[in-house]
Amino acid sequence: MSDSAGARGVRRGRLPPGVLRWAVVLVFSVLLAFPFLWMGITSFKQTTDLYNIKNNPFLFNLPPTLEHLKLLFNETLFLRWLLNTAGAGALVVLITLVLAVPAAYALARLTGRWGQRLGIGIFLTYLIPPTLLFIPMSRVVALLGLQDSLWSIIVVYPTFTLPFSIWLLMAFFKSIPRELEDAAMVDGLTRFGAFLRLVVPISLSGILTVVIFSFTLVTQEFVYALTFISSAKNQTVSVGVPIYLVRGDVYYWGSLMAACLISSLPVAVLYNVFLDRFIAGFTVGAVK
Amino acid sequence: MAVTRQDRWLGPAMFAPALLYIAGLVGVPLVLAFLYSVGDVTVGSVGYHFVGLANFRSVLQNPAFRGALWHSFVFTIAAQLIVIVGANVLALALRNPFRGRGLVRFLTLLPWVAPISLGAIGWKWILDSIYSVVNWALVSLHLVKPFDTPMWLGEPSLAMISVILVHAWRMLPFSTVILLAGLTAIPRDIPEAAAVDGAGFWRTHFEITLPMMRPIISVALLFGIVFTFTDMTVVYILTRGGPYDSTHVVPSYAFFAGILGGSLAEGAAASIFLVPILVLVAWAMLRVAHRSEVV
Repeated sequence: MSDSAGARGVRRGRLPPGVLRWAVVLVFSVLLAFPFLWMGITSFKQTTDLYNIKNNPFLFNLPPTLEHLKLLFNETLFLRWLLNTAGAGALVVLITLVLAVPAAYALARLTGRWGQRLGIGIFLTYLIPPTLLFIPMSRVVALLGLQDSLWSIIVVYPTFTLPFSIWLLMAFFKSIPRELEDAAMVDGLTRFGAFLRLVVPISLSGILTVVIFSFTLVTQEFVYALTFISSAKNQTVSVGVPIYLVRGDVYYWGSLMAACLISSLPVAVLYNVFLDRFIAGFTVGAVK
Repeated sequence: MAVTRQDRWLGPAMFAPALLYIAGLVGVPLVLAFLYSVGDVTVGSVGYHFVGLANFRSVLQNPAFRGALWHSFVFTIAAQLIVIVGANVLALALRNPFRGRGLVRFLTLLPWVAPISLGAIGWKWILDSIYSVVNWALVSLHLVKPFDTPMWLGEPSLAMISVILVHAWRMLPFSTVILLAGLTAIPRDIPEAAAVDGAGFWRTHFEITLPMMRPIISVALLFGIVFTFTDMTVVYILTRGGPYDSTHVVPSYAFFAGILGGSLAEGAAASIFLVPILVLVAWAMLRVAHRSEVV
């Protein structure tokens, strides 16, 4: 809301401008963040408190407890899922970088106009969803002998981290002045040498953006992991928690909510730090 | 320095590995998806016979699939309507800096940033048939009677509403930050000049700001459509398509038929129904990109 409009509002005797904004901000913050607040409250409540419908669910009617966290870490595969996710994430990031960094540089610098076209084509493959490909992909995974293995997702996940990463890095490389590389090549470096020793080091922040983005995509993916991996012990967090922390029809809500919160928050913090760069990638040039 | 002879080989050599990876693991499955949808593949068999449109005919004859197709459109359109209105309001409120904006941004982004399967299970607990906090609040406010509380995920129309709201909850932060990027890119002096000329806040907003934001709103909408229309996580976690198939969507139907039911051909045919929407969105996105001169 622009200040001048706000001033007019006051003059006409309406609400002061800040109030409306704070009302909007408050309502949206509560609606959007509520499930996470609820996960936090549920995680520390005693089971008898959780399952007594006469109790006010917003209050700790009995003292808080760590029993759900103990159960989660000692008696479930949660820690294993965290490690699986971190390991798979690291390898997917590695594959993504090795393939995307040179590809993006080539498309930004060495291939002229049709490089740009190809870049857009690669970006559009980001729109092809797992739910269109999962059936044939499960055959491909079986063919590669990777069913029920963490390797299935390590091999498949770059199919969605690569397109977006290449797109982000292309924009990044284009913003580097050509003169820098030209100068390095006059000094005797080859084009590839200039890429490795000059362009990659000054692009570290762009590369870091790709690392974080790819890693968060790995933590969020659900469909492929659910389709390819059938043993609980080989799962990632995003499938393990909602599917395998439920025994039969029994939901261990306390531990379940603790697991959701513990897995979500670090990802959320990381994503937030790099948000503006990701958004620049999503806007497809519609914002200058 | 111009592109030299040596560079002419270097370029393709540098992007070939990525291109081959994508061609092999996106291109091949994509072709297979079409082949499966017109063949008779099952989990057990290795043979393949062309069966024409038989799979499409059989899924279309299935009322559960027709329902799923209908729900896909209803859920996507309803959720995106909520998202676009909500995101516009929230983006306006967040445009100018204020104390605590960083915290607000973090809180409002959570649904998009946290893994959706975990957010959805959070909602499953909030909407639990017995211990729902929503129902507790409704009972305390005397809006519903105890022991006659709404079954948010157990009654067809309520389950549909729940799925729509969770989709909207998930996509709203994403659209908000995209619109925010568009808002901050509008040169400040244009709305200010309009205000000086006597246009009020709403008039400036609807006649100047919104038209300038059209491309960015389309981008947010297009991504929103793809992410909602092709998602099966929300439905799978909240309702598994139930009660009585009332919340199945095309992707969740394909998963149940193709992966859990073992009828790869039927599942593949169901998935193919996503393609027209994806093609439309891709086409629209290219137009937006073309207009803003990036192509």
